[in-house]
Amino acid sequence: MKSEAAVEIAKMDPIDLSALDPIVEPYMGKKEMVIPVLQKVQEHYGYLPRPAMEGVSRLMRIPLSRLYGVATFYAQFKMKPRGRNIIRVCKGTACHIQGSPKIAERIENLLGVQSGETTDDLRFTLEEVACIGACALAPVIVVNDNPHGRLTPDKVESVLDSYE
Amino acid sequence: MYEKHLMICGATGCIASGSQSVEEALIEALEKYKIRDKYRLVMGGCPGFCEVGPIIVVYPDEVFYCRLTPQDMAELVEQHLVGGEIVERLLYKGPDVDAPARFFDTIPFYTKQIFNVLRNSGLIDPEIIDEYIMRGGYSAFTRALDLEPAAICAEVKEAGLRGRGGAGFSTGLKWEFTLQAPGAKKYVVCNADEGDPGAFMDRSILEGDPHAILEGMLICGRAIGADEGYIYCRAEYPLAIKRLKIAIEQAEKYGLLGQNILASNFNFKVNIKEGAGAFVCGEETALLASIEGKRGMPRPRPPFPAQAGLFGKPTTINNVETLANIPLILKIGGVAEFSAIGTEGSKGTKVFALAGKIRNTGLCEVPMGITIKEIIYDVGGGIKGGRAFKAVQAGGPSGGCIPAELLDLPIDYDSLNQAGAIMGSGGLVVMDERTCMVDLARYFLSFTQKESCGKCTPCREGTKRMLEILNRITEGEGKPEDLDTLDSLAHSIKDSSLCGLGQTCPNPVLSTIRYFRDEYEEHINDQYCRSGVCKALFNYRIDQKRCTGCTACSRVCPVTAITGEKKEAHEIIQELCTRCGSCIEKCSQDCILITPVGREADVSS
Repeated sequence: MKSEAAVEIAKMDPIDLSALDPIVEPYMGKKEMVIPVLQKVQEHYGYLPRPAMEGVSRLMRIPLSRLYGVATFYAQFKMKPRGRNIIRVCKGTACHIQGSPKIAERIENLLGVQSGETTDDLRFTLEEVACIGACALAPVIVVNDNPHGRLTPDKVESVLDSYE
Repeated sequence: MYEKHLMICGATGCIASGSQSVEEALIEALEKYKIRDKYRLVMGGCPGFCEVGPIIVVYPDEVFYCRLTPQDMAELVEQHLVGGEIVERLLYKGPDVDAPARFFDTIPFYTKQIFNVLRNSGLIDPEIIDEYIMRGGYSAFTRALDLEPAAICAEVKEAGLRGRGGAGFSTGLKWEFTLQAPGAKKYVVCNADEGDPGAFMDRSILEGDPHAILEGMLICGRAIGADEGYIYCRAEYPLAIKRLKIAIEQAEKYGLLGQNILASNFNFKVNIKEGAGAFVCGEETALLASIEGKRGMPRPRPPFPAQAGLFGKPTTINNVETLANIPLILKIGGVAEFSAIGTEGSKGTKVFALAGKIRNTGLCEVPMGITIKEIIYDVGGGIKGGRAFKAVQAGGPSGGCIPAELLDLPIDYDSLNQAGAIMGSGGLVVMDERTCMVDLARYFLSFTQKESCGKCTPCREGTKRMLEILNRITEGEGKPEDLDTLDSLAHSIKDSSLCGLGQTCPNPVLSTIRYFRDEYEEHINDQYCRSGVCKALFNYRIDQKRCTGCTACSRVCPVTAITGEKKEAHEIIQELCTRCGSCIEKCSQDCILITPVGREADVSS
């Protein structure tokens, strides 16, 4: 697994759970708000660490199994730490027919990771997104929040080079 | 007082093309001339023409500037704003106009459009409620406050509005069911979980005219007797969510949301829920489960949401575009005005997202009943790069493709269904001869297979089996009996799946087999993909007679599989070639050919 290094680092750096109480506090007793709570927890930690999930489970009185059931159902929630830069390759129809598979393949070759994985140096995580709706610029990738459109495979390297 | 208003498109498409840096450069240029306070800059909604973004429209002159860069701003300020002369260089130009076009009415992309749902998009500042009100906003709602709930439902029914999100059910009827359902607590839910890849009309409405959605929800609330609404919006649309939040805050401040609205006994509040990325949540019962904080899985109907919906209460779920139509119907004379447009069974306009291999990518609003040909050639400007039109995919992963021979098909709910496609949310993805229809079917199925929630067996297992077959065909391992197996699987899945996702997901496969059976057979029998998409089923070759030896291809080849001296014909070493397609993108002479594997002869030209 490519993100072993990431898991190691996560182990060395214990999760600081003090942020959890203020996040969950306003939603105590409102079980229907579990998705917004998980969204806020992920916003804080970058992913959903196990200790934080246990904390949410305890505070909201939702069984941990059910919490994982919800979290793993939705594509937005990540269970593993991610890299400093998140590359999301748009997999929309317009992007697909204008060559997004070739873009994805070039990124995979350059970084040596598959979609869903993180590079050993934690520089990049490669993900997919169903559609960002910037179809005029197909094929598009989004790095962090910056869209890069009208890509061709040979432009990919210089785009990635601009992220440290 | 401002001398002019400058509307900068601030929708996602133009932001991705760099409209923010254009705005910064514009401000800098205005400040240089010390005229910043004479001009009002609005990072507003979307004029729809994403292809030529970033766009600035100057009012009241109504001049349409496009394809802007930050470097153009000094000239625009100096020549137009200070000097009073239009900068011709920055106007719309294209093969479809003789001279640079100044504004909407002279740009072919706009001439066949009707702006009803998109009435305010790009015209008002979506973050200021007064601008919406000045354009007649909230007047339909105030009228609805004086009407009996049943009378509101009757007007919507009479207008003939059908749901714009997929199945096309009568909106008025849906409201009536919820009104008649017993219970004191009811809900209005706006489905803004626009998940179809290639569709972005809902996002544009949310970003460009959020108050239209709120007004639609208020009217619905009044009609069905609900006092609370939810907007379920994709988390991938951060700008839409931001603008909705601002709109709700302002409507609350103006007393248009809250208790005793406009001194009536009507109360209404609106909550926003951010989706967390699951396509199946576009299905109404799955969406409700997601709002309740559960896994977004559908449940059998009946009971329908109108009887037992959100938290078990009667609920009406409407799509964004449906709700944006409501104020148009409820205004004075709205019913007649609305139903005057469209066809017998499909009234009003429809917003389409044009994307793919089409020249004018963007959003367009056209009357129902317009033909596909008019949309693609008149509005869309035809196919990019002068290639041949092959098909258009309507309705995303739930829809089907429409081939060239059906170009005269009128776009309405019933004609599309007959052709094997659906209206869906209105995504139209155009394909040319370089799109492989087998790969397209495989692509849609891999999407729905991944998004299948797994609750019912036909969808969970059936999509997996179909995908395996399509994967085999695109890898050159197809068997002659595969087409029959696909057909029988597809019909079983359609007939026995629990929700709309399963019931419609075989459509792309069925319609591509129906219209492009020869392409499937070519993949299976000849191991050849004539479109040059399925990598195992073609080779690139260089036409020795046409190649000028410009070296453009050999320079971009990432595996140095192209050899040849400068100014001499080049050649591709097949053993090294990974068919990445870099060379064919670069060759300006069209001399890279797609040929069957292992055959020297040039078949494709």
